[in-house]
Amino acid sequence: MPERTEEITPEVFNHLVELAALALNEKEAEYLRSELNKQLSAVHELEAIELDENIPPASHGVPYPADHKPTLRADVWRPFHQTADITAQAPQFEDGYLIVPEIPHTTLE
Amino acid sequence: MHLCDLSVLELSRMLRAGEVSALEITESCLRRIEVVDGIPGRLDHVESEQDNTRVHAFITVTPDSARKQASEIDLKLAAGEDVGPLAGIPFSVKDVFCVENTPSTAASRILANFTSPYTAATVQRMLAAGAVMVGKVNLDEFTFGSSNESSAFQPSPRNPWNTAHVPGGSSGGSAASVAAGEAHLSLGTDTAGSIRQPAAFCGVVGMKPTYGRVSRYGLIAFGSSLDCPGPVARSAADAALMMNAIAGEDSKDATTARVLVPDYTQSLDRDLRGMRIGLSPDFLQITYPDPDSGDYSQQPVPEEMQRAVMEAAEIYRDLGAEIIENVPMPNTKYGIPAYFVISRVEAASNLHRFDGVKYGYRTKNPVRDLKELYQRSRGEGFGLQPKLRILMGMYVSAAQYSEQYYQRALRVRTLIRHDYDQAFDPNGKYRLNALLTPTTPTTAFPVKDVFGDSVMMQYADQLTVTANHAGTPGISFPSGFDPVGLPIGIQLLGADFSEDLLLQLTHAYEQATADAEWRKRRPPLLEEV
Repeated sequence: MPERTEEITPEVFNHLVELAALALNEKEAEYLRSELNKQLSAVHELEAIELDENIPPASHGVPYPADHKPTLRADVWRPFHQTADITAQAPQFEDGYLIVPEIPHTTLE
Repeated sequence: MHLCDLSVLELSRMLRAGEVSALEITESCLRRIEVVDGIPGRLDHVESEQDNTRVHAFITVTPDSARKQASEIDLKLAAGEDVGPLAGIPFSVKDVFCVENTPSTAASRILANFTSPYTAATVQRMLAAGAVMVGKVNLDEFTFGSSNESSAFQPSPRNPWNTAHVPGGSSGGSAASVAAGEAHLSLGTDTAGSIRQPAAFCGVVGMKPTYGRVSRYGLIAFGSSLDCPGPVARSAADAALMMNAIAGEDSKDATTARVLVPDYTQSLDRDLRGMRIGLSPDFLQITYPDPDSGDYSQQPVPEEMQRAVMEAAEIYRDLGAEIIENVPMPNTKYGIPAYFVISRVEAASNLHRFDGVKYGYRTKNPVRDLKELYQRSRGEGFGLQPKLRILMGMYVSAAQYSEQYYQRALRVRTLIRHDYDQAFDPNGKYRLNALLTPTTPTTAFPVKDVFGDSVMMQYADQLTVTANHAGTPGISFPSGFDPVGLPIGIQLLGADFSEDLLLQLTHAYEQATADAEWRKRRPPLLEEV
C-alpha cells in the first residue's frame, strides 16, 4: 500500500474513537482503521482539482430563492399528544427523570 | 396474474368499478409476502442456506393494521364517500421512516427496541391518500450501503430476479418488495443513489425527487443535505401517482420548497417532439480503485449498459426528441470522493443523538459512569458501517483538517452543481431537458461479493451520487436484462423540479418498449406462486 494510506495512525485512530464515544474490540478497530485509510486515499483524488478561490462552498445543491422558502410555522407551543409514548422509550425513566450513571466532572484549569 | 401483480392505475379502476375490494387487494399482497418473503429480518440470525432462496424484504409486516385500513376503505366506498387517489393500494415503507406504534429500526441494533411515537410526513400523506401500509422493509443499517448486507436484521433482502444476488441499497427492501409483488409502491430514500440503484438492480422504477420536493420530517437522518424520500414503483404512471401524494411543502420541514406541485399524471402522455436529451461521455465511464495498489483507473461502463443507453437514445430520437451528444459533466468522477467527506460529516453529526439515554439500545454491561455508558451503548449498538462513518466524519471535519477535506469537498460540490447548471441552462449551449445515463456501473452483484470493501461498495453509486450533491432529480427505470438475466436500469437526470418531465420521458420509453420480449419476463421466484 502507498504510504499515504497510513494517514490514520493508531494514535490518530484512538483519538477519533475517544471523540466518537465508541467502545471497539480489536478486530473492529483493525477493520475500521484500514477502511478509513482506504477511503481517504479515494478522498485524495479531490486534490487533483484546481480550485479557484472564487469557488464558494455549497452546503446544499438546490438554491433557495426567497420565494421558495416555506412559510414558517407560527411560534406557538403545541403540546405533543402523548408524551408518555416518548418517555416510555427511555431505557431508565423514573419520576419524570431520565436516569443515568455517575456523570464525570472535569475541573477546568 | 394476481391482484398484487397489477398496476396501481388498473387496481384503482377496478376498485372504483366495484370489481374488487380493498381488502382483497391487501390480502393478495399479504399472501405474496407469506409465499415469497421467508423469515423477516431479525437480530442475531444464524446464517443458513435457506437465506438465499427467499426475498426477505421485510423487517415488520403489519397485517392487522393493513386489513383494518383496507376494510375502512371498503366501508367508505360502500357509503359513497371520498377515498383518496391511492385508496386501497398496498405500499411498504423503508424502515428508516418513523411510523407511530411500529418498530422504526433503521435496520440497526441501536434502534431495534424503538417504537415511534409519531408518523413521518410522507407516510402520513400516503395514508391520507388512502394507501394501505403492509409493513416496514429492510435497508442497509442507517442506509449506509449499496447492497442491504450491512443491516443488523438478517437475512438481508435478496434480489427477486436471483436470490443469490443483492437487491442493491440502501432501499433494497423497498425495491425487492415492489419487484416481488409484495407491495405496489414503496417509500424509499436516496442519499447517493439509494432509490435508483436498487430500483435498477431489481427491475423497477425509482425516483429521487429534487431536494426539498418531498418532506424529510420523520425520516431518521443520514446526510441531511443529501437525503431525499421518493417513490419505488413498477411504472412511471404508478410513481407519478405516488409523487402526487407525497410531494410538496411541509411546515415541519423548513428545507421543503414552496414550489407548485403539478399533477404528475397529467404530463405523462405529452409529445416528446422538441425535447433535448443529452448523452455525456463522463457518465459512460466508471472509476475503479485498484484493491492492491490503491490507484484509480477509468474504464468504459460494461457493454450491455452502454447498449441499453444507446438503444434508449434511439427510441427517444424516434419519438421526436433531439439527442445531444458529448455533454461535458467533467466533475462526475469526483462525486464519490466528495461524498466520502460531506456525507460522513453529516452522518457523524446525526448519529450523535444515539446515546443509550433517551431511547434505543442501552448496554447491559456494568459501567463506571455516563461516559462509559455512551461508549458501550454505541459500541454495542452500532454496526461497523455507522462506526466507520462516524469516525470518518469526525476526522475530516476536525479543525485542523477541515480546510483540506470538508471545505474542499463542499467547493467541489459547487463544481458538480455547475456541471448540471450548464447542461440544463435554458439559454446555454446544451439546453437539455434531461441527461440519459446508465444507473449503475454493474448489474446486481452476488451476495458477499463486495460487502466489507467500503470503498468498492461506495463506488456502486458513482453514476447516481452527483444528483444528490446537486440536489437535482433523477429516475431509474428498467431497460432489459444482462446476459445472466439480471435487470439493467437506465437513468434520466433533470433540472430542479423537473420530476414531471422525467416521469413523462420514462412513461414514453415504457410505451415504446411495451411489446419487447424482455417486458414479459417475471422474477423466477414468482413462477412458484
